[in-house]
Amino acid sequence: MQIPHEVTARPDTGLYNAKLGIWLFLASEVMLFGGLFSGYIFLRLGAEPGYWPHGLLNVPVGTFNTAVLILSSVTVVLAWASLKMRQFSRYKLYMGITILCGILFLVVKLAYEYPQKFTHFGVFIKKDALGKYEQYLGNQHLAALKLDPRVEISGHLLDAPKGSHYEKVAQENAEHFRHLLHEGGAEHGEHGEAPIVTTDDPNDYVIQLDPANANPTDPANERPSFWAKPQTMKTAVVQAADIDGPHPSMYIPRHSPYFAVYFTITGLHGLHVLGGVLIFIYFWGPGTELYRRNPEHFTNRIEVVGLFWHFVDLVWIFVFPLFYLL
Amino acid sequence: MASHAHDDAHDAHHDDHHHELSFWEKYIFSTDHKTIGIQYAITGLLFLLFGFCLMMVMRWQLAHPGTAMPVIGPILGSLPVIKDHFPGGVMSPDGYNEFGAMHGTIMVFFGIVPIAFAAFGNFVVPLQIGAPDMTFPRINMASYWTFFISCVIMLASFLVPGGAAKSGWTSYPPLAGIADLGPAYHWFFNGQSLWLTGMIFNITASLLGAVNFIATIIQLRAPGMTWMRLPFFVWAQFITAFLLLLAFPPLEAAGIFQFMDRVFGTSFFMPTGLVVQQQLTDWSGGGSPLLWQHLFWFLAHPEVYVLILPGIGIIAEVVANNTRKPIYGYKAMVGAIFVLGFLSFIVWAHHMYMTGMGAKVATFFQITTVVISIPSVILITALLLSLWGASIRFTVPMLFATAFMPMFGIGGLTGIPLAFNTVDLYLHDTYYIIAHFHYIVAPGTIFAIFAGVYHWFPKATGRMMNEFLGRVHFWLSLIFINGLFFPMFLQGMAGVHRRWADGGGADLDHLTYELARPVLHWNPFMSYAAFLLGAAQIPFIFNFFWSIWNGRKVGRNPWEATTLEWDAPSPPPHGNFDKEIAVYRGPYEYSVPGAETDFTPQSEPTGSKTPVVAPVVHAPLSAH
Repeated sequence: MQIPHEVTARPDTGLYNAKLGIWLFLASEVMLFGGLFSGYIFLRLGAEPGYWPHGLLNVPVGTFNTAVLILSSVTVVLAWASLKMRQFSRYKLYMGITILCGILFLVVKLAYEYPQKFTHFGVFIKKDALGKYEQYLGNQHLAALKLDPRVEISGHLLDAPKGSHYEKVAQENAEHFRHLLHEGGAEHGEHGEAPIVTTDDPNDYVIQLDPANANPTDPANERPSFWAKPQTMKTAVVQAADIDGPHPSMYIPRHSPYFAVYFTITGLHGLHVLGGVLIFIYFWGPGTELYRRNPEHFTNRIEVVGLFWHFVDLVWIFVFPLFYLL
Repeated sequence: MASHAHDDAHDAHHDDHHHELSFWEKYIFSTDHKTIGIQYAITGLLFLLFGFCLMMVMRWQLAHPGTAMPVIGPILGSLPVIKDHFPGGVMSPDGYNEFGAMHGTIMVFFGIVPIAFAAFGNFVVPLQIGAPDMTFPRINMASYWTFFISCVIMLASFLVPGGAAKSGWTSYPPLAGIADLGPAYHWFFNGQSLWLTGMIFNITASLLGAVNFIATIIQLRAPGMTWMRLPFFVWAQFITAFLLLLAFPPLEAAGIFQFMDRVFGTSFFMPTGLVVQQQLTDWSGGGSPLLWQHLFWFLAHPEVYVLILPGIGIIAEVVANNTRKPIYGYKAMVGAIFVLGFLSFIVWAHHMYMTGMGAKVATFFQITTVVISIPSVILITALLLSLWGASIRFTVPMLFATAFMPMFGIGGLTGIPLAFNTVDLYLHDTYYIIAHFHYIVAPGTIFAIFAGVYHWFPKATGRMMNEFLGRVHFWLSLIFINGLFFPMFLQGMAGVHRRWADGGGADLDHLTYELARPVLHWNPFMSYAAFLLGAAQIPFIFNFFWSIWNGRKVGRNPWEATTLEWDAPSPPPHGNFDKEIAVYRGPYEYSVPGAETDFTPQSEPTGSKTPVVAPVVHAPLSAH
C-alpha cells in the first residue's frame, strides 16, 4: 500500500504530506511556547517591584549563542539547497557545520551558562530589614531616581550557617577567596581593613558581592551593561533572620520565579536543540542511505527538519531579549 | 519513515499482496488506521466503564454516607493502597476526592476523547474521504502507544502511596501543588505528579493524532472529494483536530510548570507566603495560582467542543442515513463549526468568574460565551429540522441520534444562564453545573458514541449488532440517565455543592449542610438510577461481543448509505478500497427525484454529465 503525496506535492495544496505535517506540528509548538511565555508574562507582571532581576545573564555569551544559532539556520538552508542541486558533498559540509553549531550552542549553555548560575548565591532581604543593608542596596539613592528598589544581595557564598546545605561549597569558595586576597596583597586590607571572609556566628551568611551590591549607588549599576562586570572583593554579612523565604539558595529553578521560568523555557528550548541535532546527525550519517535511492525524498526530509530547526531558532530569538536584555 | 522510502522502490502494486503481516504487526503494533481506531475504541470503552465504576462507588457514598457499599466496599477495603481510603470498606473523604478527580480525568481524557475523536476519527475519516490510510501511519501508531503509556501511568497512580490524584480533574493550585508531597510520599511516584506525567503523555498522543487527522483530510481526499462534498463527520473531526492541536499545548505548558513546582520546588503557581497547616511552606513564592486556571481553561473550554463536535458529526451521519434525506443546512452547519471552533478559544474565562477578575473582563467573556451559543444552536436546529418530513427508519443508531437532540438541547440551554456572571456566582460549583455538562457529555456525546458504534459496527466486523438488545439498551439507558442527571438541576439550584463527600448529610437528622434539606431525598434516587444505568449497559456489552462472532452477516452497505466508507468491503482490507475510488457528488444524496434507489453513493458517476472533479486532483492516484 502506498500513501499518496509522500514525495511529490498534491497539486491543489502544493504540499507533500510531511511539509504540511511539520507546519501543523510547529503550530502546536507555537502554542506550547506561547503558553510558556505567557507564564513569563504573568510572573513578571505579578512580581513586586525589585523582585524581577535585570541584567543577571551574560549578554556577550547570549549574543554569541544567538549568532551561532542564526549561522546554523543559514547553513541548514544551504544544506537543503545543495541537495536540491544534487551536490551531495556540499550537503555533507553544510549539514556538518549545522550540527557543530547546534552542539556548540548546547556546550555553551550546559558547560558555561547553567553551571555559572548554580554557583551564584543570592538572598532576598525581608522588607523590614532592608534598612539594615542599605549600604549594599542603595535604596535611598534608587528611590530618589524613582527606580525600583533593590531587595536582593547576591554574589559568591563564602560562609553559610551551620548545618546549611551549602556549608561545604562556602568553605571551598572561602579558601579560593582567601587565596585571591593573598595574591592581590589585600590580605591586610587596602585601607587597613580586610574584607570579612568567615564569621564565628553560626547563623549568618557571608557573600562576596556582585558589583551592584558592592557599589549600589554607582550610576553604572542603574541599568544592565553589555559586558559582565567582574566580581568585587567586597563582602557582606547577612543574618539568616533577615532573609525572606524559607531557603536561601543558589540560582537554581526554585530560587525565584525568574529562575523558574528561565530554566524551564531555556531547558525545553535546549531539549528542542538536542532533538534537532540528533536528527541532523542521523541525516548526516546513516540516514543518507535514502539519498541514493530517492534523492528527492531525502531532500524533502532535510527541508522538513530544517523548518523545525528554524522554529527552534525563532524561539531563541524570543528567549534572548526576554531573559538577557529586558 | 524508512519504510515509506522502501515502498517507493516498489511499483504501484500493493505491498500486502506479497508480504504477510505477522500477528504483532497486524493486531498490536499495527499502522493500519482501522486497527488503531479499534484499539482506541476498546481502550476508551474500557476506561469509560472504569470511570463509570468509580462514579458508582461515589454514588453509593452519596446515597448512604458512612456505610460500606455491599460487595464492592469490602473488596476495596482489602486491596493494597486503595484500602487506605476505604477503612472498613467505607469510603473516606480522601477516597471520595480521589475517585472524583479520577472519574473526571478518565471520562474526559481517557474515555470520551479517545473514542469520539481518536477511535471514530481513525476508523471512519480515511474511509469517508477515500484514502488508503492516514498520511503518517507510523505516527498514528506512535499516537496510540503514547496514549497507552499515559493510561498505564494513570492506572498505576492508584497504587502508589497516598493513592491517585485528589485535587479534582482541574488540579487547581496551590491545592494541587501541595497535594501528595511530604515524607510519606515518593517525590515522583505520588498521585498528583503521576497525574501530571500521565497528562503530558496523553497530550502528546493527542497532538500526534491531531496533526495526522488534519494532514489526512487536507492531503488524502480522493479525486473529486472537494471540500464541500466532505461528509459532515469529516468536517467535525477536522475542526476538532484543530482544537486539540492548538488548545492542548498550553495545558502541556501548565502541566510542565506544575510538575516543576512539585518536583523542583519552583513557584510558578505558588503564591508568596503560602501557609499550610500553620506552617510556612518551602516555596519561594511570587507565583500566580490564576495562571494555572487561565492555561487550564484555555485548553479545557475548547476541550468541551472536542467532546461534543465528533458526537454531532456522528449524529449528522446517522440522521442523514436514517431520514433518507440530505441533512438540513449542510453549509450552515459547516460554517457554524468554523465559528464555533474559533469562538471556543475566547470564552475560557467564563469558568473563572469566581476569581474576581473584574467587571470588564467578565463582560467580554460573557459576550463571547453568549455568542458561541449561536453556532451551537444552528447545529442542533439543523439536525432537528432534518427530521421534518422524513420517512424515518428507527434503527438503533437512529434511536440514539433522536434522543441525542433533546438531551443535548437540555445540556446546552441550561448552560446559557451560566454564561452570565451574576447567575454563575450563585450556581458555580453546584450540582447544577454537574447536571449541565453531564447532559452534554453523557446523554449527548456518549449517546452519539453508542449511535456510532451501532452504525459502523457492520463496517468494522462485517456483522450487524442485535437489534432487540440494542433497543433494550437504548430505552433503559435513556430512562435511567435522566433519572441520574435531572435531579442534579434541582439540587444545584438549592445550592448543593459538587464536592461534598457526603452529599449534604446521611439523612434529614444528620445534615452537614442545612441547605440540602429540601433536596436531600434525591441522593438515593439518583444513585439507584446510576446503578440501574450501569445494569442497562450489560445488554450492550453482551451484544458487542456476541455480534462480533454471531451477528447477522452483511455486505458492503447494509444501511443503504451514500458516503464512501460503504463502498469498501466489510471489514475493509489493509489499504481500504478494492477499486479505484472517485467522488462525483455531495455526501447526502438521499431520495434524489428520478433516481432508481433512494440513495445515490458519492462514488456513483453522474451518468451522461462529465464528472465534476476538483480542478487539480489528477495526480493523487497516479502518484502511486
